[in-house]
Amino acid sequence: MTARLQVDAGGNLRHLLTTEGLPAEIIRRILDTADQFVSVNEREVKKVPLLRGKSIFNVFFESSTRTRTTFEIAAKRLSADVINLNVAVSSTSKGETLLDTVYNLQAMDADMFIVRHSQSGAPHLIAKHVKPGVAVINAGDGRHAHPTQGLLDMYTIRHYKKDFTALTVAIVGDVLHSRVARSQIHALKTLGVPDLRVVGPKTLIPAAVERLGVRVCHDMAEGLRDCDVVVMLRLQNERMNGALLPSASEFFKCYGLTAEKLALAKPDAIVMHPGPMNRGVEIDSSVADGRQSVILPQVTFGIAVRMAVMSMLVSA
Amino acid sequence: MSDSLPDAEALVRALAERMRGVISPDAGLVGIFTGGVWVAERLHRALEAATPLGVLAVTLHRDDFGRIGLHRESRRSQIPFPVDGREIVLVDDVLHTGRTIRAALNELFDFGRPRAVRLAVLADRGGRELPMAADFIGAEVAVGAGEELVLSNENGKLRLAAVRRPA
Repeated sequence: MTARLQVDAGGNLRHLLTTEGLPAEIIRRILDTADQFVSVNEREVKKVPLLRGKSIFNVFFESSTRTRTTFEIAAKRLSADVINLNVAVSSTSKGETLLDTVYNLQAMDADMFIVRHSQSGAPHLIAKHVKPGVAVINAGDGRHAHPTQGLLDMYTIRHYKKDFTALTVAIVGDVLHSRVARSQIHALKTLGVPDLRVVGPKTLIPAAVERLGVRVCHDMAEGLRDCDVVVMLRLQNERMNGALLPSASEFFKCYGLTAEKLALAKPDAIVMHPGPMNRGVEIDSSVADGRQSVILPQVTFGIAVRMAVMSMLVSA
Repeated sequence: MSDSLPDAEALVRALAERMRGVISPDAGLVGIFTGGVWVAERLHRALEAATPLGVLAVTLHRDDFGRIGLHRESRRSQIPFPVDGREIVLVDDVLHTGRTIRAALNELFDFGRPRAVRLAVLADRGGRELPMAADFIGAEVAVGAGEELVLSNENGKLRLAAVRRPA
């Protein structure tokens, strides 16, 4: 069970694989711990010695510069040694299995693996096979989960909106392919958001998503009305050629966030995006750069949240 | 519990008198959470210090992180003045092993390079494990080896107590 793998009997975080089933208490502890790292990152010396002497391996079976970099920065600000492995172009292309790669790295005395894989469940498999004391963070697996992104979004929402139990939140766009959306939905439900909507065309909303406790809106206006938080998802270019979508401009017309559409939400609604943005596809530049956008603060908070998760895993 | 412990508020006044005129007029007082902040607030008022009060949380520099982990912490270091080139007076409630002061020095230097750092403590109970000494001491207080000397703040009144250390 993932739940037992993530959190031990004493209530300590051992691995971070998914926000699904992650207790509210642990989520709050992560966010509270991140608070103190936000202030570290504002200092002249942006470094604390908590993870001095620890070796953290960024193991990316699927390439990603941005996410890998944020983990690298977080680890370095905790004084850990970071080793970046772009496994996509090395071991696996030589035929090594996933677990053999991990056992090899473990033999080099790794303390933590940050894993990204195109296959859902790969980080979970690794977590089941590492030695006690070695932690695994899922940095995105298939369409399944991207828990640190979900948690930094929770941090951002809490920072601006304080109380989750009075919020209306809309997640807009390609929910079907989005591991970010899944991680957000689980965390938002656990934290008690009463009105959670997913908004997008039928072809990009997963079947039976209502079972997660969300309301499905195919109409953008209906989905945005009176929202406190609007989360835009990235529309991946490769989705636009197939049968799922007619064209990028058609998508923008229906589901792209413009100032006019945003006006349907509450006047103090915040706009979030996990990045990288496609301006003019899912979001208009005037909104992305507007006063309601918290897209860059998300990036800043993301470092602190990853520092919090890493330090909690090492001290568990 | 011992009844013979000195009155904490009186010690604060004595400590302020020892510091008066000795520390430079623009010295920055920095209290260490939690008890040190209570003491520093009082010293800051008594000395009518010109520089605003700073506070330090030392959790991120503790040397027992690997053993006891990181606790949820809303207290953060805040130093509302430039540290560079200034005389800093670290303030703590009880000086014991010296490990908290070691962590506080590291935390402080993350904010800049002070001209000098002094240490003021309400009570020195001995038992150093590091080469640390205070420049200003309210009183030396003897407590049993199995006891902790703790400062409490009850309705705005500071009180020293010796409590048995949990086994």
